[in-house]
Amino acid sequence: MATEKNKTLKEITKNKYQYGFVTKIESEKFEPGLNENTIKLISAKRNEPSWMLDYRMKAYSALQKMTPPNWANLKIKPIDLQKIIYYSAPKKPKYNSLDEVDPELLKTFNKLGISIDEQKKIAGVAIDVVVDSVSVATTFQDTLKKLGIIFCSMSEAIENHSELVKKHLGSVVPYTDNYFSALNAAVFTDGSFCFIPKGVRCPMELSTYFRINEAGTGQFERTLIVAEEDSYVSYLEGCTAPMRDENQLHAAVVELVAMKSSEIKYSTVQNWFPGDENGVGGVYNFVTKRGICLDSAKISWTQIETGSAITWKYPSCVLKGNNSVGEFFSVAVTNNFQQADTGTKMIHLGKNTKSTIISKGVCAGKSNGSYRGLVKISKSADNARNFSQCDSLLLGQTCGAHTFPYIESSNKSSIVEHEATTSKISDDQLFYCKQRGIPEEEAIGLIVNGYCKDVLKKLPMEFAVEAQKLLEISLEGSVG
Amino acid sequence: MLKIKNLHVSTESNISILKGLNLEINKGEVHAIMGPNGSGKSTLASIVAGDPKYMITSGEITFNGKSLTDLEPEERSSMGLFLSFQYPVEIPGISLNNFIKTALNQKQKALNEKPFSAKEILEKIKKNAEILKIDLDFIKRSVNVGFSGGEKKRAEIFQMLMLQPQLSILDETDSGLDIDALKIVAKGVNSLRNNNSSFIIITHYQRLLDHIQPDFVHVLNEGKIIKSGGSDIAKMLEEKGYDWI
Ligand SMILES: Nc1ncnc2c1ncn2[C@@H]1O[C@H](COP(=O)(O)OP(=O)(O)OP(=O)(O)O)[C@@H](O)[C@H]1O
Ligand SMILES: [Mg+2]
Repeated sequence: MATEKNKTLKEITKNKYQYGFVTKIESEKFEPGLNENTIKLISAKRNEPSWMLDYRMKAYSALQKMTPPNWANLKIKPIDLQKIIYYSAPKKPKYNSLDEVDPELLKTFNKLGISIDEQKKIAGVAIDVVVDSVSVATTFQDTLKKLGIIFCSMSEAIENHSELVKKHLGSVVPYTDNYFSALNAAVFTDGSFCFIPKGVRCPMELSTYFRINEAGTGQFERTLIVAEEDSYVSYLEGCTAPMRDENQLHAAVVELVAMKSSEIKYSTVQNWFPGDENGVGGVYNFVTKRGICLDSAKISWTQIETGSAITWKYPSCVLKGNNSVGEFFSVAVTNNFQQADTGTKMIHLGKNTKSTIISKGVCAGKSNGSYRGLVKISKSADNARNFSQCDSLLLGQTCGAHTFPYIESSNKSSIVEHEATTSKISDDQLFYCKQRGIPEEEAIGLIVNGYCKDVLKKLPMEFAVEAQKLLEISLEGSVG
Repeated sequence: MLKIKNLHVSTESNISILKGLNLEINKGEVHAIMGPNGSGKSTLASIVAGDPKYMITSGEITFNGKSLTDLEPEERSSMGLFLSFQYPVEIPGISLNNFIKTALNQKQKALNEKPFSAKEILEKIKKNAEILKIDLDFIKRSVNVGFSGGEKKRAEIFQMLMLQPQLSILDETDSGLDIDALKIVAKGVNSLRNNNSSFIIITHYQRLLDHIQPDFVHVLNEGKIIKSGGSDIAKMLEEKGYDWI
């Protein structure tokens, strides 16, 4: 026991040392602006192999020929890429104690039931000794190692698993895909890599929480998950706590590779700062997420989107293999002045491929929520099936919900079903709840949770409870 | 306990429905209210419970000496007022179990009492489900979604027993119940009645009153109580209809 504890403490001291080290580099922070030199510097700082630099440079030259997409149902002020700082050392703690953190933020933490240590970590408070989280993370890594599972930061992966990364990076989302994927490929500095070997069932939820040395998430994240034949993994991204970040633009790319008969479950809770109740501030979140399924493989995307001023996000599945399955379960909540344009693409290429889309939009305040989805059945996709259910729930008179379903079918044997509803919380429902003693805000929370249940129940257990609370908190003050 | 004085009530669109209604209910009393369709029975129930669809234009309602006019429905609820709805509302995705737990603990919170533990709640659920012969699987279903007419009414009485109100208004709870269910529901009501709770039972039929003996029967017509008396009134109405009055 005693020696184990000593070991942990040693590791902590080591970590603390690293912080000190990081503070030193911080003075070398880049000037704002994007050019070839910026990219060379990023790559050099990270000691990247030359193929990585080549890749970044190609992405950068592709980016220069592209313009930001404008087809989404979003009102966005132009983004000036030259005003962004593309390399700065890992964030050092901003505060010395929780007393310095915005009390509003702490109130939300407490409502979510987040522990004090966790609160410090998320809010960016200096942590002295967090024995628990470090030791949990360490035993966690040991278990994974024994199974041959690789779970590390993208930087470590480029260094230690270069061949694997080289083989799969950009194979699902090429940098030519869109403006933001090109930008990400050129400048990403953070993210996760995960590899599950053949036949291995990952015994625990892989959460970004448990990656050592990981405090906060980056502006240009890059995630790659590779599941070999017959393997299984469930991955959790984000956390229910509100994430404050000064960076306005976030452009992440996530790629999933599901080999024959494997399964990847990818769950996200996105709760970036949405801006205040007057629509000031807030993160612009432009995310490209896509997975490819080989024969009999399955990918499930589950997302709970409550944060960001602007969300532009379409987690998609390319169902290349025969009998492969794609799923998309989404709850997108917008309040105040938030705007979300989110949905999915299901590209059916293989025979007997199946996809399911369940999207629940909840709009309150002066916000705008759009579902945008494409179901594409190619010529080769005999007997492909899709079922889509897109529901919108409006709270109040000043918000807007929109549905843009696109169906392109080139195979007559396919069956595509689409259902859509728009509803409001009825006065009768509210009165019924209130008669039973449940006040209006709680009643709305309850009804919204009920409405989102089909999606919430797809989340891993611990997450589901937090997500329910999160929905209630996101809609606070939406009654009008 | 409940005092209604010269109550006038209109809808939001200014349609006058109750026109000078008086009613007084004391602790432990059971009052039956009968009256033709559209006479204002449900409106009376709704205004007492605080449904914002209706407005008091004059008159007053007090509950235990406190005016209800400016109180939110949930405040009235935590004071011990319960309405079994004529048309219970569906809440998809929320189990009856979860719903009643939330309601119970909201009430505890309003009363500054500590929340019931999961175990305490489960015990209450089991006890009341047994009285009402409700299957525990039924309680896992979404509130009123796909419930049959009779099941909805039984679920209302289940919630009533869980919340132990001081005054319960049952708006046509007997409609849609089969003969056995009627007896079961009456048993539930009577089990509460022994605790000194009061009831307003809105009904069109004598049969429920065979099982729950009312202390008073009132006849409501065109927004006013036009006759009050003992349980014999209900029997006369059953025989002769409203023309008798
Ligand atoms: N929101 C409303 N808007 C307009 N009219 C209403 C409204 N609510 C009730 N009314 C009218 O007021 C009258 C009384 O309705 P109420 O539901 O109280 O009758 P009731 O006595 O309960 O009838 P029943 O026996 O059929 O249940 C009816 O004529 C009804 O149409
Ligand atoms: Mg009625």
